[in-house]
Amino acid sequence: MQKDSLLEMRGIYKTFPGVKALQNVDFTLKEGEIHALMGENGAGKSTLIKVLTGVHVKDGGEIFVRGRENAVHINSPKQAQALGISTVYQEISLCPNLSVAENIFLARGKGIGVNWRNMNKRADELLKELGINVRGSQQLASCSIAVQQMVAIARAVDMECQVLILDEPTSSLDESEVAKLFVLMRKLKERGVGIIFVTHFLDQVYEVCDKITVLRDGKLVGEYEIEKLPRLQLVSKMLGKELDDMADIKNDSPTFKKNDEKPVYEGEGLCSSEGISPFDFKIHKGEINGFTGLLGSGRSECVRTIFGADKVTGGSVKIDGEPVKITKPRQAMKYGIAYLPEDRKRDGIVGDLSVKDNIILALQIKTGFFRPISKAKALEYANKYIDLLDIKTASVNTPIKSLSGGNQQKVILARWLLTEPKYLILDEPTRGIDVGTKVDIQKLMLKLASEGMSVTFISSETDEMLRTCSRLLVMRDRKLVGELTGDQLNQNTIMATIAGGDTNGEK
Amino acid sequence: MKVKKILAMAISMVMCAAMFAGCGDTEGGSDNGGKSAKSGTKDNGGADNDGGEDEGGDTGAADDGELITVGIINNDPNESGYRTANDKDLKATFCEENGFKADFYYSLKNDEQITAAQKFIQDEVDYLLLSAADTAGWDTVLQDAQDAGVRVILFDRTIDADESLYEASIVSDMAKEGQTAVDWLKGQGLSDYKIIHLQGVMGSAAQKGRSQALTDTAASDGWEIVEEQTAEWNAEKAQQIVQSVIDSGKDFNVIYAENDDMAKGAVAALDKANISHGVGKDVIVMGFDCNQWALKELLDGNWNYDGQCNPFQSSYIKDIIDKLENDETLSEKTIIMDEKGFDATTITQEDVDNYGI
Amino acid sequence: MAKNNAQPQKAGIAGLFRHQIMIPIAALLLLVLFNLIADPSFFKITLGNNSDGNPVLSGYLITIIDSGSELAILALGMTLVTAASGGQDISVGAGIAIAGSVLLRVLCGTETSPETLHAPVIVAFLVSCLVAMLFGAFNGSLVAFFKIQPMIATLILFTAGRSIAAWINNNQLPNVNERSFSYYGTYIPGIPIPTPFFIALACFLVTWLLLRFTTLGLYVQSVGINEKTSRLNGLNPELIKLLTYILLGLCVAIAALIKVSRLSTINYSVIAKDIEMDAILAVALGGNALGGGKFSMSSSVLGAYVIQFLTTTLYKFQVKADALPAYKAVVVIILVVMSAPAVREKFSILIKKLRSDKTAAQNS
Repeated sequence: MQKDSLLEMRGIYKTFPGVKALQNVDFTLKEGEIHALMGENGAGKSTLIKVLTGVHVKDGGEIFVRGRENAVHINSPKQAQALGISTVYQEISLCPNLSVAENIFLARGKGIGVNWRNMNKRADELLKELGINVRGSQQLASCSIAVQQMVAIARAVDMECQVLILDEPTSSLDESEVAKLFVLMRKLKERGVGIIFVTHFLDQVYEVCDKITVLRDGKLVGEYEIEKLPRLQLVSKMLGKELDDMADIKNDSPTFKKNDEKPVYEGEGLCSSEGISPFDFKIHKGEINGFTGLLGSGRSECVRTIFGADKVTGGSVKIDGEPVKITKPRQAMKYGIAYLPEDRKRDGIVGDLSVKDNIILALQIKTGFFRPISKAKALEYANKYIDLLDIKTASVNTPIKSLSGGNQQKVILARWLLTEPKYLILDEPTRGIDVGTKVDIQKLMLKLASEGMSVTFISSETDEMLRTCSRLLVMRDRKLVGELTGDQLNQNTIMATIAGGDTNGEK
Repeated sequence: MKVKKILAMAISMVMCAAMFAGCGDTEGGSDNGGKSAKSGTKDNGGADNDGGEDEGGDTGAADDGELITVGIINNDPNESGYRTANDKDLKATFCEENGFKADFYYSLKNDEQITAAQKFIQDEVDYLLLSAADTAGWDTVLQDAQDAGVRVILFDRTIDADESLYEASIVSDMAKEGQTAVDWLKGQGLSDYKIIHLQGVMGSAAQKGRSQALTDTAASDGWEIVEEQTAEWNAEKAQQIVQSVIDSGKDFNVIYAENDDMAKGAVAALDKANISHGVGKDVIVMGFDCNQWALKELLDGNWNYDGQCNPFQSSYIKDIIDKLENDETLSEKTIIMDEKGFDATTITQEDVDNYGI
Repeated sequence: MAKNNAQPQKAGIAGLFRHQIMIPIAALLLLVLFNLIADPSFFKITLGNNSDGNPVLSGYLITIIDSGSELAILALGMTLVTAASGGQDISVGAGIAIAGSVLLRVLCGTETSPETLHAPVIVAFLVSCLVAMLFGAFNGSLVAFFKIQPMIATLILFTAGRSIAAWINNNQLPNVNERSFSYYGTYIPGIPIPTPFFIALACFLVTWLLLRFTTLGLYVQSVGINEKTSRLNGLNPELIKLLTYILLGLCVAIAALIKVSRLSTINYSVIAKDIEMDAILAVALGGNALGGGKFSMSSSVLGAYVIQFLTTTLYKFQVKADALPAYKAVVVIILVVMSAPAVREKFSILIKKLRSDKTAAQNS
């Protein structure tokens, strides 16, 4: 172990049934360092964190912690804490109905008795030292989320942690709160605490971090000094595409000939309760466009706003040039919009219902309460789409939850196609399904568009989008930062636009 | 969406309001006496009357012009007609016109009653009137009352506690009620007795007393108990139980129901099976409590006997309080109220009006 | 078209027929078998006359279909509430007290025992329906809009309901002397089968039609299984939940009519006592998940009658009435244990093992 290291992880392996979550991953954290851990979804970030905090037990490899001669075994969160490793999660795991001081000192008393006055005094001192503007006696629930998060950090600091893990701490904070958090992080850095910072926000990484470790598909891509890794390269490393390779890809993206017709859908200044900056968006008949950006950049939130899935807080909408109001899914459906949600299990399937009921659900709701679809008709629809999309199911009456992920996705797709939408939104329709099905879905999209349907497509895999979309809207940090068409539709430009900052991608 | 939410909110608020009105009124009912009396005191006294009341409560003194504070713990008046009559009677007596300031608390649960008693003791009421839900568990709280100088008078129900802990106990003698009824039944001189015995909630004083008399006599005189079941004072259950006996095809000629409601349920089952009942008919129907409607059934000859359980204890209690206030000694601890049993062949309309509750 | 206009989850029910309804049927068969062995006269039905000289059927079986009716009606509403909101309404007993009280208030005015009725029964019934549905809406909006757990939300009326009922009639216990009022709870002259059974049958038919000719079943199940998905598919989950509670309110009013009519009077503190537990048990015995989702109406109704069958059987064998809950508790325990995932898993493993043993034996 090197002298200035706080923590060294060497050759970590972790396997879950069917998934190699971590393969030979190294990670080093030095004293007084803020170290970003980057990677797309499924790259292994959270598994690594969980191994470190004792939530998961590693299958192989060694962990060294300063102050211990030999490699340590971390089998429980409690052990991790004893080794000076503390974690602050995105969701606050404190007790909102207790006071700030109680939260800081909770379950850590050595004796039975508690000296309340002393406790409040000590808390106040600690909070002042860390520059957190709150009194120890205040009830935690009355503080803002940012302050609560800082209280959680203060608790970790007081437990004399040397390694502090911040897991997506900024996703529910506004800009000024983020700034305050950074001040605190720098203060801790001065004290020699090592901080592992997990976030999706590139700007924040470049603002506060010293080093970056990138993971992809459970493997270590590399560890980099922040100055030596421009944003563009970071994005390319996270996505696993070499810049030069990408330039080679034949640009066969379909070109869409704009017609003079009014857009099928046109929204201005749309925003929702999920905190995306107001954006404009339109789509024409037969067009396929897409939202791209890193995970958490706000691309899903955009399409949810279009469909009225989240609480719409502003903006105006025109359908075929006519101003309309869309604030909930029912209205969107009325105007022929369909939305296949990102989280299939949570938002897509009705688990216990049969494949057939799942297919007819949206159409049935559109048809109305007093006009149930007949049994024969329902069967006909279900069989038609089971054939058309090649859905593998034992029977139409099989509960959808017993189907594989890809087939579930097809059922949901069938559900929306059955409503014969004018405008179809597909949010990550290809995630977690096999390659063959992915290609099928892409082909289907192109076919539907050629028949006049408008499609908006979101995928984490950029080449899928390049193959299908004629226009890409790029999101970064919950803002719409660019719109790419024609020649711009190539990996390099996309990544440059996603990365922003020091590149010329932004227009 | 918004409109609907508001609508829903409005609906639930209206319902809430309705409910509180509902609760308020049942509770309001409890201090009706107080309310009407308040205007009374205003007529008599000055503007500082309210203050006077409170002080009276605090000092516990009962000087001239001060109201005597009484905490009354009773069972839920909705429990039965008996209880409703009992509650009404208490409210009528312990009102401000009569020089009382009464607080009422209702519960069918012993522990809730004990909590209420502790609260009354803390409020330093002059008298604690108690109709206990259960006979056990009262020693400590009554000791507390004695220490705090709160005088306790039991009514309607006795408890398992030392006699020194309360001033007096005004009760119906359930065993005597039962014995009166059983003696009456004996006097009918049937060639054989086949009895359906419908019991109240098991363990209650009324059930114990009324059951005991029948069980003893049945054993000594060789009466057959065809069915002995608790219908828990509930007419529906009584109906189902009697229905079950009828369905089984067993013979019976007496229904001994420990309250009127259960007798009524039994009769409903008899009517359904075309089994005649009443004076000179196949089955003798006996009930307790003397509800007005039950006495009417007697008058019409549909039932044969109804035993009184006198709910009008308040005059007895008031006598005792008057005596205690005048520092007189009480001649006896336990005062048993006069109770009658009515026979369908001798009952008159006057009885129905006078004794019906 | 009309011929083919089957309700969407019909096939689902057909599927369930293989599993879900087997639970109440098995329970029923068990009880039937027990009675057959213990005393076959249990099944004897005789035709006689009641004291008004009208023909009536009597016997234990008749008692069961008579007394189980209120429970069956409540089970209809309770099933919907359970499916949509994943919880149960425990205020139905108190609701019956309220609806019954309203009924008598309208019929009797302020008199305790009026010579003539103050309003036709149908008017009084409609008013009581309205009131019961309002209270249902109160429960429903607490659950749907304020996201309070159903049992907690309905605890309010469970506690206050009987006092409200007493307040409606000013603590009086009115008595209806009009003969025809008792028809709803006893017999209509000339028809030897108890009226409550017909009322329950009518309710079941109406519910069946409702499920067949509207999409209620699909909506309720969809909301109960996945609220988020339902919303994204254009449903308004709050409204659906509210609707189920209002429908349950209607069931409560109908059950109240029968209950009050049986004795032509009311006792607020004991009328329909503990019926909520029986209604919930009926839903559970029908094999419906108490956590919401898929449901089968016919199973619930059958479950209700099975519970009455159990009660009547216990009465016949002179089990003390206050011991009945203990027997029902045994049923609950068996149901809960049988439906626990851990037990099911073990059970299916056991079956697999038995099968493999068998094939192994055949192979050798």
